[in-house]
Amino acid sequence: MKDMLVQVEPLIPALRRYARALVRNRANADDLVQDCLERAVSRWHQRRDGSVRAWLFTILHNLAADHFRQASSRGRHVPIEEAGESEFRGAAAQEHRLMYQDVLDKLAKLPEEQRAVLLLVAVEDLSYAEAAKVLNVPIGTVMSRLSRARERLQQELDGVAGAPRNVVTMRRLT
Amino acid sequence: MNTRPITEDDLHAYVDDVLEPERRAEVGSYLADHPDVAKRVAGFADQRELLRAALAPIADEPLPPELNLSRIVEGQRRRSPPAWWAIAAMLLLSVGGFGGWVMRGSLEAPSGGLAALAQEAAYSYNVYAPDRIRPVEVRASDTTQLVQWISSRLNRPVKVPDLAGSGYRLMGGRLVATQHGPAAMFMYDDDHGSRVVVLTRPMSSADQNAPMTAQSNGGATGFAWADDGIGYSLVGPAPMNSLKAIANEVRRQARAI
Repeated sequence: MKDMLVQVEPLIPALRRYARALVRNRANADDLVQDCLERAVSRWHQRRDGSVRAWLFTILHNLAADHFRQASSRGRHVPIEEAGESEFRGAAAQEHRLMYQDVLDKLAKLPEEQRAVLLLVAVEDLSYAEAAKVLNVPIGTVMSRLSRARERLQQELDGVAGAPRNVVTMRRLT
Repeated sequence: MNTRPITEDDLHAYVDDVLEPERRAEVGSYLADHPDVAKRVAGFADQRELLRAALAPIADEPLPPELNLSRIVEGQRRRSPPAWWAIAAMLLLSVGGFGGWVMRGSLEAPSGGLAALAQEAAYSYNVYAPDRIRPVEVRASDTTQLVQWISSRLNRPVKVPDLAGSGYRLMGGRLVATQHGPAAMFMYDDDHGSRVVVLTRPMSSADQNAPMTAQSNGGATGFAWADDGIGYSLVGPAPMNSLKAIANEVRRQARAI
């Protein structure tokens, strides 16, 4: 058990970050992380050899995927907070928020699967092989999603992605 | 120059800084010669830094009490008191021993054939699958030992079904006692923590060969069949049709021995 504490505890902040960036709602994200930790504790002894980090992200990612599925099958919106809104108070925080809100808004426009790959690889420092494991897809799929995610985010940041955004909105309404 | 062509994957690996030094140098000199590509790559690198900086504060926030790992461990301990094993053992005794004895001949519990096997699998599933402490006796990491042990107790070579294709990983197994002698129980789980159990043993006399049939016992559902004197039963919480697919896979592998 002590072994588990030592290996899992330092990773909790990263799990929170991933969950929040994925679902964009602090309370929902922390609920997912809590679920993930509950499972990690009860299933610790069944863990296969390999990276604890990738194992934890796999559990969390699957919970998040369930969460998205349930939300869409219930046909209602998951409340989306502007990331950073409630947690960064004070002048320095305000400045941080203004600086980075743009990239977070644009990240949120990516399809879920592209967002997940980009976050796992570029923010959480998982190897491509680990990301493939977490997402349960071949490594080639990780690379192509990563490539699409970066291209698309770049277009958004360069401000040339107005048209595709409308398409997405219309598809959702019908 | 006689270098391998630069691929899109190389460009991403360059941005994520996971290339071997020689390859990194090759990509670097390619970028020096191709300003357009270099511009794209620089854009990707900027994105990466922006995202990291934007999300960094979340990881710096103090953890709320619900995410305190020691508390979670403590909470689970309270929910599974140490007396659990004693209770489980008593239940098993009363169901298999006392209950079985008293009801002998009167209620006609299934005494042979597939129905009995399915019943045994359901008991094992109900007792071991919810177990958070020691669901299996020998873990998947010691599969070789598990196979040797089970094979020697069942007096025939036993192969552990591989259900990875169905999304279930072997957790391990144990020997369980049945009215018809020892049986091997293998337990699997998927990434959602959902568990299924495969029970196998030699059939006594009835149903040496029996087609796969759906079975339902005390809340546990599954499938049972027998091939050449060996009976198999798969039990789990998954919907019937996905259990059926897993059962087919177990049977296919067993026949391929």
